Amino acid sequence: MKRTSVVVALALLGLAGGAFANEANYGRNMAAACGSCHGTNGKSVGGMEALAGYPKDKLVKAVQDFRSGAKPATVMHQLAKGYTDAQIEAIATYYAAQK
Amino acid sequence: MTINRRDFLKVSAAGAAAAGIGSLAGCAGGGSGGSGNVVVIGGGYGGATVAKYVRMWSDGGINVTLIERNTNFVSCPMSNLVVGGERKLEEITVSYDGLRKHGVRVIQGEVTAVDADKRSVKLANGDTIAYDRLVVSPGIDFMWESVPGLTPELANTKILHAWKAGPQTVALRKQLEDMKDGGVYAIAIPKAPYRCPPGPYERACLVANYLKAKKPKSKVLILDANDDVVSKKGLFMAAWKDLYSGMIEYRPKHEISSLDANSMTLKFEFADAVKADVLNVVPGHRAGDIAKQAGLITANNRWCGIDWRTMESTARPGIHVIGDATLSAPLMPKSGHMTTQHAKIAAAAIVSLMSGEQVADPMSIANTCYSYVDGKQAVHVASVHTYDAKEKTFKTVAGSGGVSAARNEIEGKYAWAWAKNVWADALL
Repeated sequence: MKRTSVVVALALLGLAGGAFANEANYGRNMAAACGSCHGTNGKSVGGMEALAGYPKDKLVKAVQDFRSGAKPATVMHQLAKGYTDAQIEAIATYYAAQK
Repeated sequence: MTINRRDFLKVSAAGAAAAGIGSLAGCAGGGSGGSGNVVVIGGGYGGATVAKYVRMWSDGGINVTLIERNTNFVSCPMSNLVVGGERKLEEITVSYDGLRKHGVRVIQGEVTAVDADKRSVKLANGDTIAYDRLVVSPGIDFMWESVPGLTPELANTKILHAWKAGPQTVALRKQLEDMKDGGVYAIAIPKAPYRCPPGPYERACLVANYLKAKKPKSKVLILDANDDVVSKKGLFMAAWKDLYSGMIEYRPKHEISSLDANSMTLKFEFADAVKADVLNVVPGHRAGDIAKQAGLITANNRWCGIDWRTMESTARPGIHVIGDATLSAPLMPKSGHMTTQHAKIAAAAIVSLMSGEQVADPMSIANTCYSYVDGKQAVHVASVHTYDAKEKTFKTVAGSGGVSAARNEIEGKYAWAWAKNVWADALL
């Protein structure tokens, strides 16, 4: 296979794949920011809520309740106010998929 | 045959431009892959986290070499507990073996020079290591000139800073143990910005917590170059009044003009001189020495300017700078937690770049910072920061963040849980 054709083929593959990768990574990256307290991929080592495998709807509701003040917290009520519904959804989707 | 990475990027970028689509290569499904060599300088919160996350997010495709001068990671956050006698240094120390299990090549050594043109770093032992992308996570070094009379030698023996955790932490603890009842401990705080804004005030609390129990005639003086308490003001002032009344004294606007180590005296621009038995002087900070050598410092001879989308240096392409060394975005603290967030932005960008993917705008990031006010109770400050694509910087989200309502023991437990989790996230 000629070098140029490999490059062109890869470039075309790239055109197809780039958007998907970024979309899939959005939830991963957003969730990673939470991982500093809640553990890598939500696998807490203790003392913080483990979010790996957390049912999505339950997590969305919990964060929304922190945000509204319905659920009292020491810090999560302040952090939750920094996220939109769509962002919370993306984070919860990612964590729900973690084993 | 082999495809040179840069050729590939060039050609695929041209292809994308021709097709009128802004997206580049990448594999679907989020497993990013990528290949090449990343070198990380510094194994603190930032360096450890970026090393692990690049390995993880590239599915092991990218080789990562971490170069760190110390044998183990020792945490600055929680180190005031060691100064105050509540914890031992071993409890805030973590091995780099966990990173090795992620396939990170950990080298104990000192980087003496970065060659940005040749894309290589040189070690003190003479070795040269090549990189495709370099992450510089050097933390801070001190501006000795900010305290006339203080030298690096003095700062290692008598006038400690203990602002980098390790031997200094233990040595300061020893000075406090050796101090007589009725002695004076004074901490001098540099002008902001400095690493860990609430750190000095927490230290004053934990030193007082120890002295109150063991040497109650002693005094704690906080000599602050700033006009007022920089962080968690109400919470610290309440602790000083409620818990350490008559022991802790706070003095703002104390910018040091000189130090006399023989008489253990600090002189100030606009205030009376202070003599103390234990002088804990924290000099002003700038980005760590290697950032200076590598030509990464762009602001006030102190901090490294970066592109917040990728954490890539504005001065040297191919080099990412994270952590305390960066020119902070508005209201962004220089903290260990924040540094892990920088590390994850950098990791995501590096894996995208080395996979030929388009770099997405960075995710929202957060900071949660706990301070102990005694052996059991803690207070926090938290913030959420989101990328502003127009202004190309991070900004705090309006209405988010805040501090504790009051000091409490629940957050004392959360503070330690935070530490265990963030260490695991960075190093295990």
